[in-house]
Amino acid sequence: MSERVLLRHLDVPNIRKLDVYLAQGGYEAARKALTTLKPEEVTEQVKASNLRGRGGAGFVAGMKWGFLPKDSPKPVYLCCNADESEPGTFKDRAIIEWNTHILLEGILIAAYAIKSHTAYIYIRGEFALGAKHLEEAIAEAYAKGFLGKNIFGIGYDLDVYVHRGAGAYICGEETGLIESLEGKRAYPRIKPPFPAVYGLFGSPTIVQNVETLSCVPSIMKNGPAWFKAIGPETGPGPKIYCVSGHVEKPGLYELPMGMPLRAVIYDYAGGIRGGKKLKAVMPAGSSFPVLRPDEIDVNMDFDSMRKINAFLGTAGIIVMDEDTCMVRALEIVDRFYHHESCGQCSPCREGTGWLHKLLVRLEEGNGQAEDIDLMNKISDNMMGNTVCVLADAAAMPTQSYISKFRDEFLAHVTLGRCPLKKNGATHQHAA
Amino acid sequence: MPKLEIDGREVTVEDGLNLIQAAERLEIEVPHYCYHPGLSISGNCRMCLVEIEKMPKLQIACNTRVTEGMVVKTTSPKVKAAQAAVLEFLLINHPIDCPICDQAGECKLQDYYMDYGVYRSRFPLQEKVEKRKVVDLGPQVVLDQERCILCARCTRFLDEVTKTSELGIFARGDRCYIDLFPGKRLDNLYSGNVVDVCPVGALTSKDFRFKARVWYLEKTESICTLCANGCNIDIYHRRGQMYRFRPRSNPDVNQYWMCDEGRLWYKELQKESRILRPLVRGEQDFAAVSWDDAVDRVVSRLTHIKEEHGAGAIAGIIGAKATNEEVYLFSRLLTEHVGTELVAGLSWSPANASHDDFLIKADKNPNTHGLRALGLLNGGVSAADVLAAAEKGTVKVLLIFAEDLVPACGPEKLEAALGNVEVVVFDTDYSGTTEYADTVLPIGTAPETDGTFTNYAGRVQRIRPAFAPPGEAKPGWEVLSHLGVKCGGTDYLSSSEVFAELANKSPASAGLTYSKLGSHGVQLPEGEQSAKPATT
Repeated sequence: MSERVLLRHLDVPNIRKLDVYLAQGGYEAARKALTTLKPEEVTEQVKASNLRGRGGAGFVAGMKWGFLPKDSPKPVYLCCNADESEPGTFKDRAIIEWNTHILLEGILIAAYAIKSHTAYIYIRGEFALGAKHLEEAIAEAYAKGFLGKNIFGIGYDLDVYVHRGAGAYICGEETGLIESLEGKRAYPRIKPPFPAVYGLFGSPTIVQNVETLSCVPSIMKNGPAWFKAIGPETGPGPKIYCVSGHVEKPGLYELPMGMPLRAVIYDYAGGIRGGKKLKAVMPAGSSFPVLRPDEIDVNMDFDSMRKINAFLGTAGIIVMDEDTCMVRALEIVDRFYHHESCGQCSPCREGTGWLHKLLVRLEEGNGQAEDIDLMNKISDNMMGNTVCVLADAAAMPTQSYISKFRDEFLAHVTLGRCPLKKNGATHQHAA
Repeated sequence: MPKLEIDGREVTVEDGLNLIQAAERLEIEVPHYCYHPGLSISGNCRMCLVEIEKMPKLQIACNTRVTEGMVVKTTSPKVKAAQAAVLEFLLINHPIDCPICDQAGECKLQDYYMDYGVYRSRFPLQEKVEKRKVVDLGPQVVLDQERCILCARCTRFLDEVTKTSELGIFARGDRCYIDLFPGKRLDNLYSGNVVDVCPVGALTSKDFRFKARVWYLEKTESICTLCANGCNIDIYHRRGQMYRFRPRSNPDVNQYWMCDEGRLWYKELQKESRILRPLVRGEQDFAAVSWDDAVDRVVSRLTHIKEEHGAGAIAGIIGAKATNEEVYLFSRLLTEHVGTELVAGLSWSPANASHDDFLIKADKNPNTHGLRALGLLNGGVSAADVLAAAEKGTVKVLLIFAEDLVPACGPEKLEAALGNVEVVVFDTDYSGTTEYADTVLPIGTAPETDGTFTNYAGRVQRIRPAFAPPGEAKPGWEVLSHLGVKCGGTDYLSSSEVFAELANKSPASAGLTYSKLGSHGVQLPEGEQSAKPATT
């Protein structure tokens, strides 16, 4: 891969401005798709590219579009999921804020492919700058006729609206997002029916992540074969890796899909900060299992990660050095899920709080050995038994932390304090 | 009609049923909290998880439709473990204050805990989330947020049935709570139903709470008599005292609901004003007499007046609060045994009677349709005709059954009509009309009487005696049957005999019996419900 696609603003300053974007060949992919291809042919090309969803689940985008009912009298909606809230994940934000038009062009092509005339960008409320830049870019696109009526003179209309969230992680769950867009509490819906059949306002709806949609123009421009050649064929394309934590150079790295995790951490992010040793990596945001240092020789793509019982998720790589207390780290993770559980399903509503309380107790030196097994059991009881996967997102890291760092958990019990604090003091907990 | 297997037993059910409903056909209970047949599927409690062959994860039975060849397990170790887990989750933050909770005895947390519980607390008391208690929601309902399991039945009822949306769920995770939206009160015509749908002790009835432990109460199937809708109810009672009405489901009448006014109607049926003994007017006031004396007196007066003035000097008015059986016997007594034609039905409701387009009917009588079907409201002799004849002096004795004529006809008119007439009143309570009575025969209320009402839509529904009438009062059909015998008529041993006989008078209801009416009643075919009782 010669040049950056998703983080192109790093190479071309001000590309979020339409004139700069156009000078770089912007909207040519959309023009080509809309003026030379039928919607079904666009879907076919996206399907052929094996573009898989970048929101975490990795579902083949073109296949999802194919699930839309063929003869529904209802309007079809496209929802761009810009509610990026996964801990350790900040890739969509960069695209939204600084490479804004590539997202809009992706939305235009995808909306055309699924015959939608209304697209919503559901953006995380905290992304004030992103929302502003989106509004500016949308205004520019309307002015140039890339949005609105009769786009490219082919009689195709598309309106795009920006909807700002009010600050809940669960709004990033696709059906929670739909409920929230409808003005309701973001309780995820029971599935089936899936959004492709019964989505926004009860109409067929495709929900797609920012990074996924931003890949679409390059597929149209260079062809599926080009896209498939970037990384593993079953889940290829450019990919933004978000590296945070104890590395020398935290940040965003756009590299081919399937980069070795070790290379991302050591070759690109500059290795562990201060020459310390690596202790653990959460490679997929906080919702998936943690990896030990001996597990990082794995390629960062959907299928390779599954082979070691891990996930690619959002490729939010959270790196922890040898000074990290794993009990404390998990306590922070589970505090997040306790805070963000929508409260709809009993196992998640009650289980996330229970896990967090046990971890606080353990971290404060008041835990008991059986609490560790109890956390495992609670996680078992939560997993797979709820409407959405937030319960799993709390249970999976919990179980992996416990199984991979069990000695450290036990040490908290036997010592009655955190073993990593040399003076015997325990960590300060945020309220 | 898909055929499926549940717990090793085959069952064939209609398409579109969910697995909870399909299992019910085999009398297998899939435990659940949030599922309610009258509300949309929410799928949040996770108590109804079942194992389905070829599916990797457990599935919620409430949101799983039956399909051909489906193999379902509701009691496998995996399912049992999940149910125990869900219960444990539901209980960790629950106050477990059953000894002071009004729901105790009819609480699904208690019930399922006994069946599926973990029986060992793994959660320290001091770590429970604290929420608000005794939250006053409105005139009927009190909320305890700590007992709530957030099944959202109440919010769905208010969103989907009354469409008033007074309640919402606020906050997130284990801090979630039910509360009123700002500026709202839970004050609609059907608000009491949220107490019924609440599976736990979170929503309790202001009227019923702390009055009785439910396991001491008996339950009797009945019909609400407040209006012509005929909502199916259960009467909860003990030792002749009623404690509450609750709706009993009938898909053709009231689904699962009843109005608040009807819910509180039981109070009107056990007031201080009940008449407890047969009475005859003495010099000053009423004097209590035995039933034999009272009946003999009425019969001798009827005989005497008929001899002296002819049968036309005897008349009767019966209200639409009487059962079909009472209407039939009353009508037969007067037309057949006495031989008068002056028998009128009266269905009176206040001019400003409440009504809506759901369950509440402006006709505040339970049996107007029945009265019409038995020929007493069909443009023949009217109550006004009878009163006019009384005023003219041609009527000497008037029998008034189950109606207070004062509000219905107006006090002046009544004074003019009844001033010089001998009046026999059959009723449950003292009223303006009993002021005019020379003889008062105390009868039972609907909860004390066996019989039937025909609702506004022509559905014949059964009421059953929950307990005997108080004092010496007797069910109206028994009193009428007794009078009939004294006048040379049939002796009926039960109201079901009366019903079987009156049903056969009309082709629309021919062959109907109490057992055929069952729990949900029988809808009579439109247009051919009317039949005059035989007068030959």
